[in-house]
Amino acid sequence: MTSELLSLTAAQAAERTRAGDLDPRELWDLYRERAGADDLGAYLWLPDDAPEMDASGPLGGVPLAVKDLFCVEDVPSTSGSRILEGYRPPYTATSVRKLVDAGAPMLGKTNMDEFAMGSSNENSGYGPVKNPWDESRVPGGSSGGSAAAVAAGLAPWAIGTDTGGSIRQPAALCGIVGLKPTYGAVSRYGMIAFASSLDQCGPLTRDVTDAALLFGQMTGRDPCDSTSLDYPADPRLPSAERLDGLRFGVPKELLDTEGIEPGVRAVFDTTVKRIEELGATVEEIALPHSGHGLAAYYVLAPAEASANLARYDGVRFGIRAEAPDLLSMYEETRAQGFGDEVKRRIMLGTYALSSGYYDAYYGQAQKVRTKIADDFRAAFERVDLIVTPTSPTTAFPLGARTGDPLAMYLSDVLAVPMSLAGIPAISIPGGLADGLPVGVQLAGPAFSEFEICDAAYALERAIGFGDLPWK
Amino acid sequence: MEVASARQYEPVIGLEIHVQLATDTKMFCGCELSFGLDPNTRTCPVCLGHPGVLPVPNRRAIEFGLMIGLALGCEIAPRSIFHRKNYFYPDNPKAFQISQYDVPLCSGGELAGVRVHRAHLEEDAAKLVHAGESGRIHGAEASVVDFNRAGTPLVEIVTEPDIHSAAEAAEWARLLRETLRALGVSDVNMDEGSLRVDGNVSIRPAGEATLGVKTELKNMNSFRFLERGLDAEIARQEGILREGGQVEQETLHFDNRTGALSSLRSKEEAHDYRYFPEPDLVPIAPTEAMIEMARAAIPELPLARAERFERDHDLPADSARLLAFRGEQGDFFEAALAVSPSDPRTLANYVVNDVPPGSAATPEAVAKLVDLIGAGTVSRGAAKEVLEVLAAEGGDPEQIVADRGLGAAGGDELGAIVDQAIAENAGAVEKIREGKDQAIGAIVGAVMRQTKGRADGGEVQKLIRERIGA
Amino acid sequence: MGRTLFCGAVIDREQVNHVARLARLRLTDEQAEQMAAELSKVLDHIEKMGELDLADVAPTSHVVELENVLREDEARPSWPRDRMLAEAPDADAEGFRVPSPGS
Ligand SMILES: [Mg+2]
Ligand SMILES: [Zn+2]
Repeated sequence: MTSELLSLTAAQAAERTRAGDLDPRELWDLYRERAGADDLGAYLWLPDDAPEMDASGPLGGVPLAVKDLFCVEDVPSTSGSRILEGYRPPYTATSVRKLVDAGAPMLGKTNMDEFAMGSSNENSGYGPVKNPWDESRVPGGSSGGSAAAVAAGLAPWAIGTDTGGSIRQPAALCGIVGLKPTYGAVSRYGMIAFASSLDQCGPLTRDVTDAALLFGQMTGRDPCDSTSLDYPADPRLPSAERLDGLRFGVPKELLDTEGIEPGVRAVFDTTVKRIEELGATVEEIALPHSGHGLAAYYVLAPAEASANLARYDGVRFGIRAEAPDLLSMYEETRAQGFGDEVKRRIMLGTYALSSGYYDAYYGQAQKVRTKIADDFRAAFERVDLIVTPTSPTTAFPLGARTGDPLAMYLSDVLAVPMSLAGIPAISIPGGLADGLPVGVQLAGPAFSEFEICDAAYALERAIGFGDLPWK
Repeated sequence: MEVASARQYEPVIGLEIHVQLATDTKMFCGCELSFGLDPNTRTCPVCLGHPGVLPVPNRRAIEFGLMIGLALGCEIAPRSIFHRKNYFYPDNPKAFQISQYDVPLCSGGELAGVRVHRAHLEEDAAKLVHAGESGRIHGAEASVVDFNRAGTPLVEIVTEPDIHSAAEAAEWARLLRETLRALGVSDVNMDEGSLRVDGNVSIRPAGEATLGVKTELKNMNSFRFLERGLDAEIARQEGILREGGQVEQETLHFDNRTGALSSLRSKEEAHDYRYFPEPDLVPIAPTEAMIEMARAAIPELPLARAERFERDHDLPADSARLLAFRGEQGDFFEAALAVSPSDPRTLANYVVNDVPPGSAATPEAVAKLVDLIGAGTVSRGAAKEVLEVLAAEGGDPEQIVADRGLGAAGGDELGAIVDQAIAENAGAVEKIREGKDQAIGAIVGAVMRQTKGRADGGEVQKLIRERIGA
Repeated sequence: MGRTLFCGAVIDREQVNHVARLARLRLTDEQAEQMAAELSKVLDHIEKMGELDLADVAPTSHVVELENVLREDEARPSWPRDRMLAEAPDADAEGFRVPSPGS
């Protein structure tokens, strides 16, 4: 019975609970117990008591793992940082509240790279997360805890956040589905900010249907978020079996990226063939400025982060280092509370904004961003969807890139351009390379999430990725 | 060789005014504005800068900003954006202030000959309460932060350096305050900090065009202190230049009690605000409808009021401006004028000189007094005494006249006094008859002394001439 | 600080210390040294975008095309003081305590 329950996708489980065939409490107990026995480091906090169960909502009482970056009232919310140790927010993030209201009780808070800065989950202030496919490897990041939990059956589904690949890349490395929505589609209120103009939250799920189901309950304008919009379409679950008439574009600049592993390339090539077999056309397209995406991203995101993280000053919340005067209190608190990568990005961002450097760095990066968005706009006049590998590599060994920040940053080289353009993109498992999952990324124009999910669904069925690495 | 000390210097002053807007709620959250409440009773995750919160701008604050801009003749930016101004200080919860930078809401206006460079929206900081006994920054060990004020909507108005004396600066600031008061956008209370004026001061040899090094003067919390502070700084800079020294660019704190200026340089060091566009907010693009609504909400402003007083009531320019630029007195004048429209000049004169704001006199009483003068019941001299009583105690002027015997001397009483004065001033009578007309003053003076000012000067002269046949 | 941009130049330790001070991060000498090396490498990559001639391109600070997103000036209850002070590392009964600036 247990393994049968465990094999249900969230949507399948929700269907049963809503029909009265399954007690959601049973589901809760199963996953709560598994989460409690987590030895991957996927969770940072789990509740002692079961919440009240209600299966009547669209999410059917199926428990949800929540990245620690979301503020949840009176629940520890640290964004993976020691500087927020002990912080219990006095309010709840809009997206979490919406999902709980729709019937997905919070199962726990998942581990992550500190303040979402990282691509391996090794930057967590509370220890790394291990990849359930191979525990000597990273799960990707920054939503590594959420991805590992879903992949290992420690949660039916999860939410994470994506600033420059932080949902898609760990989803790819853990062999699950991750959807980064259009910027503005989901409220950011209550998401502990990394880079405000890029941050979006979205689902990490076992399959595309679960992603569409969860996403459909997250969207909508929030009066607490000035940058959120009404979603222009009604939620729907994917059902396409073929891709007839769809035009797919393969951006040659991104595929020429140095460092795409042969195994990743092979899975990608197979996927492209499958797309054609399903009735779609595939053509090469140009995104001429996408090669500069990573550079622009590593100016814009750290710059915004340098301001967003300035509030951690030991005055109103979080930790404080005792010091004899104000300046040392600030400096000591931040020196002790932040990890190395966070410091690096604060430094980078502060430098890029500092007097005399703004135009060359921040100003130029904003212009690159304009060009990248223009490139995508032009591309979507020719094709419906763009397809790339999600990550140049499969899951790499723990520690392999910690000494080389730039190498770590390159993990997101294929994911960052979509973030800069604010467009939606999904990563689905395309197959294995040397026994490790390879993700394929599908990107579409703004607010095309359900079209993306339709195509991804058809492709998912054709790929038939199969079981996850249950323990 | 030119002697430095013999030079004349001309001050060049620009003002920066922070105006707290009188909205119900803060700039970016729904906490109510407050003054004098218990510390930290008007806060929320947003105005405390908690992780994950986002700002949402207050519509009325934008409207008030537009009203101020339009009232100052500014251009309204078709699309203005907010920036983050980054600096660490315990009164700054997010460690950045949301302000406007290169595209302010309003720019390029003018008020009474002083150009307005810009007017932009921003949020106020919290209050640091210093635990040390001095109540000032230096010497205190620990401070406590009260975030009630944090996030209060502000409009910062920056003038061009078009002002050339401390007195002029104070007068212009008064006019600005009255303009803001008339707009109803702020409490404009300098004591409570809802209006805060900083001055940028430099001096240059008279007649030269290039600007000298400027200093910034803060914490002048009344118009009197503004004038004193600017004068002190002008004198300090002159002293430096006369001794051949150089003025250093710095921010100075003016001590209202001692009149001393002290440098705030330690706080200034390494200032690099790293402005960049606030990614949590979208642009403000005032629509035609928003601008028209703001324009329609603008009442008559002090400058226009002064012109109207001059034009419609025939007031001298000076008293018209004095009344219009001190709104309360202008209101008093108009209320009195509604009761007694016959002699606006006399009325204006009394309002400006004799019934200070807050006195016990009512507009009705002052109006009635002017009527009594017009009817010849009270002389102008005696009216001054009635005004003193009105200002100090209030009451009804007719009653005061009756109680104190201040009614105008006239008829047989005055005739008898005039006769007596003529008799006692034979020498003066002689001189008048010889054509030295000004000698009449001695006789008039005697009559006035005798009547204690209750007689009308013109009337007395007429009687004297009749009596002596001159 | 007078280094030319986009010539593969690096950030030195002095600049690192200046920036660290702006950001209120205390770095040991060793950390500053390492930071200078790491940032130089990243900046080297970043500076490649300087090769693009984008003089006439408008900057994009935001991809959403929204304007005038405002809230009505309507008060809602503030949070209880005790709840907010409970998060503070150092508070008295009424407020957030800090070492005095300037002391
Ligand atoms: Mg200001
Ligand atoms: Zn508030």
